[in-house]
Order: sequence, then structure tokens, then C-alpha cells
Amino acid sequence: MNGLGWALADSWTIARRTLTHWRMQPGLVIFQWFFPVLMLLMFGGLLGGAMEPPGSSYYELLVPGIFALAMLFGLEGTMTAVTTDVSKGVTDRFRSLPMSSAAVVLGRCIADMLDSAVTLAVLVGTGLVLGWRWHEGLPSALAAFGLLLLLRFALLWVGIFIGLTVKNAQSVTMVQVLVWPIGFLSSAFVATSTMPAWLGTIAQWNPLSATATASRALFGNPDPSATATWIGTNAAVAALIAPLLLVAIFLPLSAHRFRTLSR
Amino acid sequence: MATERVIEAVGVRKHYQGGTEGAGLNGFDLEVTAGTVTGLLGPNGAGKTTAVRILSTLLEMDSGTATIAGYDVRRQGAEVRRRIGLVGQYAAVDEILTGRQNLVMFARLNHLGNAKGRADELLERFGLTEAAGQAVSKYSGGMRRRLDLAASLIVAPRVLFVDEPTTGLDPAARIEVWSAVRQLVAGGTTVLLTTQYLEEADQLADRISMLKAGKVVAEGTPDELKTRLGSDWLDLVLADPAEIPQVVELAAALADGEVRVQDVRVSVPVKDRTKALVQLANSLHEAKIEPEDITLRRPTLDEVFLHLTGAAA
Repeated sequence: MNGLGWALADSWTIARRTLTHWRMQPGLVIFQWFFPVLMLLMFGGLLGGAMEPPGSSYYELLVPGIFALAMLFGLEGTMTAVTTDVSKGVTDRFRSLPMSSAAVVLGRCIADMLDSAVTLAVLVGTGLVLGWRWHEGLPSALAAFGLLLLLRFALLWVGIFIGLTVKNAQSVTMVQVLVWPIGFLSSAFVATSTMPAWLGTIAQWNPLSATATASRALFGNPDPSATATWIGTNAAVAALIAPLLLVAIFLPLSAHRFRTLSR
Repeated sequence: MATERVIEAVGVRKHYQGGTEGAGLNGFDLEVTAGTVTGLLGPNGAGKTTAVRILSTLLEMDSGTATIAGYDVRRQGAEVRRRIGLVGQYAAVDEILTGRQNLVMFARLNHLGNAKGRADELLERFGLTEAAGQAVSKYSGGMRRRLDLAASLIVAPRVLFVDEPTTGLDPAARIEVWSAVRQLVAGGTTVLLTTQYLEEADQLADRISMLKAGKVVAEGTPDELKTRLGSDWLDLVLADPAEIPQVVELAAALADGEVRVQDVRVSVPVKDRTKALVQLANSLHEAKIEPEDITLRRPTLDEVFLHLTGAAA
């Protein structure tokens, strides 16, 4: 096998490790997959009545928002896994092996993308049960799922970078807390137009909003956040560019951090 | 081949910014011959782990040179990694996976064709066959360490780095790990072992390098190091404390240095071992003093260590 072949084989070995974790701890991973469902039920069931979106169910607005939010929350899993491996010396063992060094990170990447695909599938199933539908045909819906996974892919590199940088579990907890305001300061739950003007503007420029708004358009779900501002009307462009920008920044940073790990 | 140098480090320097992350190296030199166990002995913060991390390509040095089996650790990292095994301070295995799943994974990452077969061989060799299907989180400290050793031996490395293998282990587990390390050495692996336990170095190492503040302050076989301190010691344990002054006076006549008294134990530094023993026994006999115990001993490594590191302080 050549270098690239080994890099892929090694990546798959590393990814399989996470899949084995799922098998060894099914309770934990099922809880992880269903946590976004809990959010969906809480916000839709408990707060939905007060939302009264004009002419449709709140779920039509909320479900794509929760999709995007679940992609953001995936960041925590990536970060925790990376930090744990570094602190337990497992990363050092990988680094001392004659394996492809890119595989350590690529394997993580494959495992987390699979994890997010399952999370998304569970959410889609729940959404369909609750009455959410896509209205623009399957290809368009698939494009929306593609945008969501692209966001997850970008956040993955953010997670890897933070995970390689923070070095301890306490810092991970801090980031886990910060994820919430970032998630709420977006169009995931409500129209940004209902927020104070300056907050609404920040929320609109949140990459999470771009992805939520763009996928709502592709699903044919209503989105009161798609206002006449530039970012409101060009959400699809932003939903493509913002994640790519994040990757362009955090992929090289993570690679550099990995090469110079010196705990 | 017997004198082939598999590890060679010359003037290695490493400075940590901030200095809190561990001790740096300050002109570290080391030569290790194939098939031997070298103990890198030193107190916490002497730079032992830093040395191992540099030699195993995990950390870059600021200056100096180091080679493993002739390959430069800086420029030929991939070649070096193909020839080394590393057992770090923490049992670096996946706790959620079973022992067997861990070894199969590491065997695959070492690009072995028959990963499962190799895993089973190693489980057998390290006495883990019965626990192979259990999650590592259920293993005892000693079992984890053995699994960790097994994981670093998947490809029978030329050089195995073992960083403080028994730190935090209870005595029984420590003996388990020692016997595992001895097995490796019997198999021809060259081992570089770091430890802060003198006993461990004395038990396992052919040669010892004593490290202090990032520099090797003494190097040699345990015996050479013990000899370097000079005298052997005659220890007398007396039945009656009242006899101490008389015994000290008798011993002083043939002592090579200061006679030490601790409780009813009188320790006499001597140069000519047998002659001193006979002389002292005779004079005690004449004085009608019957000690409970007389022993002739080399200085302990503790004494050498305290002497050397204390003197350089």
C-alpha cells in the first residue's frame, strides 16, 4: 500500500475505535443522539404554544433550527474526545507509532461526521413524527442536509483545535457552557427581527443562523429571519462560505497544534 | 554488534517557556549499547521525561543531536518511530475498549497483516488472556501497565522507552511490571527506563545515568557507581547500648572515614573489606563484646545518589 492508502486505512482504524466505543457504551451514545430530540420536544412542546408563527406550526420553523443547533453541540463531543486522548497519553502513543500522523485527526473526523449523520437522522425521524415536512422535493432536502453537515465539518476543526489547546477538563466545561449563548444568539428558535436591533444583527451574522435560514429555504419551511438585509437574503451563500472560512482557519491551526504538541 | 550504540545523545538542550511544564535539558548526553537496560535516574523535575519525549520524537529539542539506531530523531522521525516502543507515565490505552480491542487497534496502526493473531500472542505473553474481553476500565493498575507494555511491543521494537513504569503502583503490581520488563530484556530489546526509585534502577538496569537539573551527573553500572562513592561499610548491631563508646573507639582505629552511630547500629566505612572485618572481629572478641549482627555491605544506591546529587547542589 502507498502512503495515501495507509493514511486512509489508519484513519479508518482510528474511526472504528469510536464506533467500538458506541458498541461498548450504547447507553451513553444513545443519550447523546437523543439529547437534541429532548431539546426539540422541550422547545416545541413547552414554548411552541407561545410562538404562534403566522399560518404554520412552530415545528416548521423550529426543526431546521434544532438541526443546526445539533451540529453546533457536536463540537463538545469532538473537543472532549480530543482532550481526553491528549491527557491520557493516548495521543502520544499514536504519535510514537509509524502510522500516518494525519490519520489521528482524520479518524476523529470520520467518526464525528458519522455521529452527526446519526444525530441528524434521529432528529429528522422525530421531526417527521411531529409534523415537520420538507416541501421542495428530496434533492433540495438533501442539499439542506449537506449544508448542515458542512457546518458540522467546520466546527469539527474548531473542536479539534480547542481540544488540542485547552489540555484539561475544566476548560472543556467552560466551552460547553459558552456553546449555549452562541446557539441561542441565532435564528435557531426565533426570528432575529424579534430581538433588539443590535443583537438581531449579531444573530443574523452567526454562521449558525446562515445555515438554519438557508436550510429552511431548501426545505421550504417558513423563516421570518430571511429579511431584506444582505445576510438575510444571501443566507445560502453565507452558509457555504462561513464553514469553508472556519475550515481554512482551523484546519491548518489544528495541524500545527498537533505537530507541536508538547505537553 | 555487541557494542553497537542504539541510543546516542550529545549536548541536548531543551528550555520550556514559563518553566512550569516540566524540567528542561541542559546539555544532556547519553550512550546506550544494544541489548542493555539503561536506567535514567533522577528526582522529579530532573528532566527524565523530557529526555524520553525528545528521543521518541514527541518533542523537539532546542539544540544538540540525538540518534536512535543511527537515525536522527529530528530529521528522520518516521524511521525512528518504526524502531521504537514507548510506554509513557500514564497507561496510554483506551479504557473503554477491551484489552484485546486495544492491541488489535495498535497492531493495525503498526500495519501488521495479522493484527488479531499478534494481539492474542501478546495477551498470552503478558498473562492477560483471561481478561482480554474485559473493558480496560475494569483492570487493576498492574494489568493496565502490562497491557501498555504489550501495546508498545507489537512490532518488537529495537528500543523501548519506559517512562516511570511503576509510579503510583502498589508493591505487588510493581513486581509484576518488573518481571514483564525483565522478559523483554531477555528477548533482546534495548530498554531505556526512567525512574525515581533507586531500587527499581538497581533491580533492572545494567547501567545507570543519574540526572540532575537536566544533565547527567554520574554514569556507570550500579556497582561502579557504588564503588565510586568509595568505602564499603561494616554494620554492627549491638546487644547493649552501653557498649557503643567502646565499639566506636575500636572501630575508629581501622575506619576509612567517620564512624556513624544510629541507635544500636554502628556503621564503619572501611577500605580493605576482609582485613577490616577480621581485625574488628578480633578486637571485639578480645574486648569480650558479642554483637548481635555484623554485616559487610556496599554503599546503597541511595547513598550514592544522595552523595552525588547533594554534592552538586
